[in-house]
Amino acid sequence: MRKEDQPTETSPSADQGMTRADFLTATGKSVVLLMAGAAGYASWNSLTSRLAQRKLTPIRGYPSSPWYSMAVDITACIGCGKCVDACCAENDVPAEHFRTWVERYIVKKDGEVVIDSPNGGKDGFTDTVPEDQISKAFFMPKLCNHCDESPCIQVCPVGATFLSPEGVVLIDYEYCIGCGYCIQACPYGSRFWNPNKHTADKCTLCYHRITKGQLPACVEVCPVKARIFGNLADPDSPISKFCRENPVMTLKPQLRTGAKVVYKGLSKEVV
Amino acid sequence: MNPIFANPMNLLAQGTGYVFPNERGELQWSILIVLYPYITGLVAGAFILASLVRVFKAEAVRPTYRLALLTALAFLICAPLPLVAHLGHPERAIQIMMTPHLTSAMAIFGFVYAWYLMAVLLLEVYFDYRKDMVLAAEKSGPIMKVFFTVCTLGVKDLSHKALEFDEKAGRFLTVIGIPSAVLLHGYVGFIFGSLKGNPWWSSVLMPLIFLLSAIVSGIAMVFLIYMISTWYRRQKIDMRCANAIGRYLMFALIFDLTLEALDIVHRMYEAGEWFDVLHLVSSGYMYYTLFIVQLFLGGIVPLVALAVLQAAKVSDVVKTRYYLVMSTLVLIGVFAMRWNVVIGGQLFSKTLRGLTTYRLQMVGHEGLIAFMIILLLPFFILWFLTAILPPWDKPDQEPALT
Repeated sequence: MRKEDQPTETSPSADQGMTRADFLTATGKSVVLLMAGAAGYASWNSLTSRLAQRKLTPIRGYPSSPWYSMAVDITACIGCGKCVDACCAENDVPAEHFRTWVERYIVKKDGEVVIDSPNGGKDGFTDTVPEDQISKAFFMPKLCNHCDESPCIQVCPVGATFLSPEGVVLIDYEYCIGCGYCIQACPYGSRFWNPNKHTADKCTLCYHRITKGQLPACVEVCPVKARIFGNLADPDSPISKFCRENPVMTLKPQLRTGAKVVYKGLSKEVV
Repeated sequence: MNPIFANPMNLLAQGTGYVFPNERGELQWSILIVLYPYITGLVAGAFILASLVRVFKAEAVRPTYRLALLTALAFLICAPLPLVAHLGHPERAIQIMMTPHLTSAMAIFGFVYAWYLMAVLLLEVYFDYRKDMVLAAEKSGPIMKVFFTVCTLGVKDLSHKALEFDEKAGRFLTVIGIPSAVLLHGYVGFIFGSLKGNPWWSSVLMPLIFLLSAIVSGIAMVFLIYMISTWYRRQKIDMRCANAIGRYLMFALIFDLTLEALDIVHRMYEAGEWFDVLHLVSSGYMYYTLFIVQLFLGGIVPLVALAVLQAAKVSDVVKTRYYLVMSTLVLIGVFAMRWNVVIGGQLFSKTLRGLTTYRLQMVGHEGLIAFMIILLLPFFILWFLTAILPPWDKPDQEPALT
């Protein structure tokens, strides 16, 4: 007789119906299935309710006060370069590197756009295009945008660059390893390699001044008040008032960097 | 005369259009950062070739199994060198391991590296060579005896059960090693591909392209070392093995070229705001390194030649010579790919309205000499490794346990 044909104690015959072992197995399986179903349902419910609670706010509020930034009035800037000069002197910026710089845009009558920034605009600008060929021209001061979702902070491998409690993007020069990843990640060209410190470097909004209640050096010296500094979280601050009264725009908003520096009179030619 | 050839060291004297004032100096990442993904790619590719034998039972390429493992190890030991040498503060490099910033792709390198070196490659070499090291310790003089005994970690058991365990452990490690190798190099691609500020780098295909080209370069490197070392040892090249590697190289090239072509076609068709500047870069200096060296000489030519060699009835000597040339071309092509990514991605300004300049230095910590030293170092390490742990199959000796 083959092994399979031998009746065993546990094998049920047709008239025996369900054995106790079968019953327990079936019950066990049902309980596990029910519990899995309940758990799945509960998780799904919790997930959907959590998602429902999460609102997609168009623009988030300021996380704390003060939350510093700068507004730039392009229509007011005369391209004198005093801001660049003051910044370099105040922050001991190495030659041919810039924490802030001024670009000049000349839109010619034939549509060609000429952009330049000789020595970062530090020494002002000389005429390069005959006046009768110019359709429009403007100066464009630039600096670190102190982004809230900053790509440079994201990529720093040691956390040497960080967002201060006041919303200023800073670098710990004693901790930076000098890999240059942040310089690559900044889409605005605001970071540079400091050949003296052998680290990355950038605008600090003159953190050493603003934390003492003073203005950044570039704001202080601007003869036409084209740079407006202040606390975004304070509705009565000069910058809040400026942003309220003027249409303002950030650079490269499509990159979702959360740039905080805003511009009045931003033109499509600006890079 | 073309300015590129007028002054070879001033490789990319372009500097046209408007670039941000802070971009007018040296490029941030130079030839050492080209070398870094090249070396890690060789590691990943060599390991994948080794895993073909162990996991996928590709017995034909067994003669290269141990050589591939040692090649991966030699290059892995040197992988962090270009990175550390490039840092402004190399003395602070350890901070990546001690205080990693977890949102940074670069911060994860230390861990991926440590895992791959310690948990995968060294252990696999250990289990694969333990028997050899025990036997070598018995035959060696006093100094080497101590050396080999230390390498065996004191486990001298050569019983069938112990060897069986070595084999099982080795296979298990290879299975873990494949995703680790993929992770190691896919991650290197992610370092570049995840930067939204650079349109030449920012691509989801980047990790995949890096991975496929890594496999291609690793296979080609082991193939080349196998052929040259066999010739140097005055042994006969196992043509079954050579043909099999040639076939694998061909398949890897097909996938690699397909992805690279897809990337280029996608960019051309999508033609975003960056299109004009990328078009300018790739039709200027990069035309030579991208289309001629990387895609044509390093991709299409070897692919066609390898495909023809599969079917052609030619003598083994001719075949070997072709394999030698094609592997070299592939290695040059993959280096050009790394060059085109790293240097190419910095040849245009973030203004997208101007081109920057790359000046290759001769001396200095990012110069050509430093590059050559780091590039050649793995070969010396490999030479040393093969001297103490010979990877060659001896005709009179069966492999450890099959």
